[in-house]
Amino acid sequence: MKSPALAFFLLLTSSALLQPAKDSCVECHTVMEGNLQRPATLIKNDVHTASRLSCADCHGGDPQSDDPLQAMSAAKGFRGKTARTAIPKLCSTCHSDPNFMRKYRPQQRVDQFQLYQTSVHGKRLATGDTTVATCVDCHSVHDIRPVKDAASPVHPLKLPATCGHCHADKTKMARYKISTNQLDEYRTSVHWEALTKRGDLSAPNCASCHGNHGAKPPQVESVAAVCGSCHVLFEKNFALSAHKPVFTSDSGGGCVVCHSNHAIHKPSSAMLDGVKSVCTPCHESASEQGKTATRLAQSLNGLDKALIESERLLSQADKYGMEVSEAQVKLMDGKESLVKARLALHTFREGEVRKPVDAGMAIAKETLEGAKAALHEKDVRRNGLAVSVFCILLAILAIWFLIRRMESNNNGAINS
Amino acid sequence: MERHVAETNRALKTGWLEERLGLQAIRELAEHKRVPVHSSMHWYYFGGISLFLVMVQVITGILLMLYYRPTVAEAFESVRFIMTRVEFGWLIRSIHSWSANLLIFMVFVHMFSVVFTHAYRPPRELTWLTGIALLGLMMAFGFSGYLLPWNKISYFATKVGADVAASTPLIGEAIARFLRGGEDVGGATLTRFFAFHVVVLPVAAAMLLMIHLLLVQKSGMSTPPWIAASKVRQMKFFPNFLLRELMVWYCTMAVLGALAAIFPWELGEKADPFAPAPAGIRPEWYFLAQFYTLKLIPSHVLFMEGELLGIFGFGLLAVLWAGLPAWAIRKDGSARTRLVVSAAVFLVAYLVVFTILGYVK
Repeated sequence: MKSPALAFFLLLTSSALLQPAKDSCVECHTVMEGNLQRPATLIKNDVHTASRLSCADCHGGDPQSDDPLQAMSAAKGFRGKTARTAIPKLCSTCHSDPNFMRKYRPQQRVDQFQLYQTSVHGKRLATGDTTVATCVDCHSVHDIRPVKDAASPVHPLKLPATCGHCHADKTKMARYKISTNQLDEYRTSVHWEALTKRGDLSAPNCASCHGNHGAKPPQVESVAAVCGSCHVLFEKNFALSAHKPVFTSDSGGGCVVCHSNHAIHKPSSAMLDGVKSVCTPCHESASEQGKTATRLAQSLNGLDKALIESERLLSQADKYGMEVSEAQVKLMDGKESLVKARLALHTFREGEVRKPVDAGMAIAKETLEGAKAALHEKDVRRNGLAVSVFCILLAILAIWFLIRRMESNNNGAINS
Repeated sequence: MERHVAETNRALKTGWLEERLGLQAIRELAEHKRVPVHSSMHWYYFGGISLFLVMVQVITGILLMLYYRPTVAEAFESVRFIMTRVEFGWLIRSIHSWSANLLIFMVFVHMFSVVFTHAYRPPRELTWLTGIALLGLMMAFGFSGYLLPWNKISYFATKVGADVAASTPLIGEAIARFLRGGEDVGGATLTRFFAFHVVVLPVAAAMLLMIHLLLVQKSGMSTPPWIAASKVRQMKFFPNFLLRELMVWYCTMAVLGALAAIFPWELGEKADPFAPAPAGIRPEWYFLAQFYTLKLIPSHVLFMEGELLGIFGFGLLAVLWAGLPAWAIRKDGSARTRLVVSAAVFLVAYLVVFTILGYVK
């Protein structure tokens, strides 16, 4: 008799353990309306709920009690709505505790609060400015999702709009005297294009340059380092150039001087010469430096055009079914030379740029000749085909006449 | 002196060579061989076209072998070398590939012409059987030759082909391992496909072709049953029919040359076993109907796996088709023409529609 009783007891306890823990906060707020209902609806998608954390873990109180007065009593530790100035500290209770975080997200960093305190947002909040961003302004509240979740406001594709929510708001930014065109400018940039059109989630967004939790604008001397964290070789070459000491001085501006900051467009040799030149504000066109810039632009344009022409003819030959894969692979080397030349341009030394340009021009010439030879070969083949078909038709005609002559002379060839 | 040479030549023709080769018998055969003349005689030319394309395959294949190297490291490069560096290499390779495809098409046309003109009737059952075996061999030639350039498409198509073979019950895994020379398509597969393509299959095909031609010679050309034997006129095979066949061969040669010059057979990208399979991978067109059918069958049908059911179905169909003379002839020797024509029309419609669907989808 003992065994069935034990089994029944185990069944009861295990089913009780499998039941989700009671949460009177959700139960009550679900049947409320408007803003009071919202948290109970949103929390279903919250990453904390998935980790079995409840409302009470942030707001305090007793979620086991059905009596609102008991559940939300100060005696049970109920804190109610957290003050904006207290939000970062509240989040850090868990997120700065490595032992706690290890249970849920062992790889996640635990220095967000520390970094936040060094940020412009954190410093202003410390002075009592409650309009600056806190954790919930970026990560949302009650429906906080992992960064990788496409619905999260801090997902790479959504982050610019999240920052823009405040930084593109003229009213909010007026008191800080910060311009509000960053988001619009960023949306014209190559980085935005890479992020949204090519779907490259590693493409730079606001946080890549400004930091996320420790967000602040990069200073003049650190701009090259910020850009150089991705564009490593450009930074290395720029360090060799005569512009480096000038652009990193107080009145300089680093990479931003030529490339702008948020509206970084696809660079081209038009930046060196002509009406769009970024050199002319400092160097007269007729000056030695201005002339060098013109020559550099001509070199890069010349290589670019030669490669484009080779590619056009090679693809034409390829379309005719000619085997030009070797030349096409070679052309890739030529394109690499162009990249190297653009890279070398950042030394602003003509000799350094000429080396890859010359190498690229030699490749472009070779591949162009290959493409022309392939197209000529195509013509030869077609002419050869025409001659062959003509000869074959003559042979067929000759056989036909032979058959006719034979069968007219000898009716016995076909008999009944 | 001149008289001596002329006498020697005459002696060679009439005495020495005659004694050794028995040319008189061949002359007599050529003199007496006849071809029936009727409204459906144009179907006879398709057997000849197939024979011509086999000869093209042999000649271009031997030329390709002079430069081709059957190793993973060199196969693709050697074919590219043939196409770009060897004088007329592009033409030889393109003609080899185009004529392989035309050959299989022509063999199919030849086979269906035999069915629609009921040329499988006794005493030509063995001719039919050897013809079906030759079609199977031609498809095996195609399957083995497809991998040899070692490009991306052929590599993955061979993988798919070997996987389909692996799903045959009991012996499938063993067949697939034998084909691949291991657990996966690799260097061992390439070497053994090359060996099949240039030694095993040609020897088998040459023997079967000899038997097929001997049987055709023995039984003569079949006349469709709807043409009364008394009304059929006869044409001398040599030279009347042979000259006509020669005209058709010339036309085929012109078509082959045009295809090779205007649409050279592409080489593609070198196979990379570590790269993901490209989208829309599919076998050569002559396997497309079966491939598409297998794709349509649900993963499980009753108690059987879908793929297995498909393979059983194709196996049964092949046996039924090869055994056509057995079920198409009544005891009185007449052909069940309506049944055979209906089955053939259904088969042609299935092959055409499913090949197109397999290509489009």
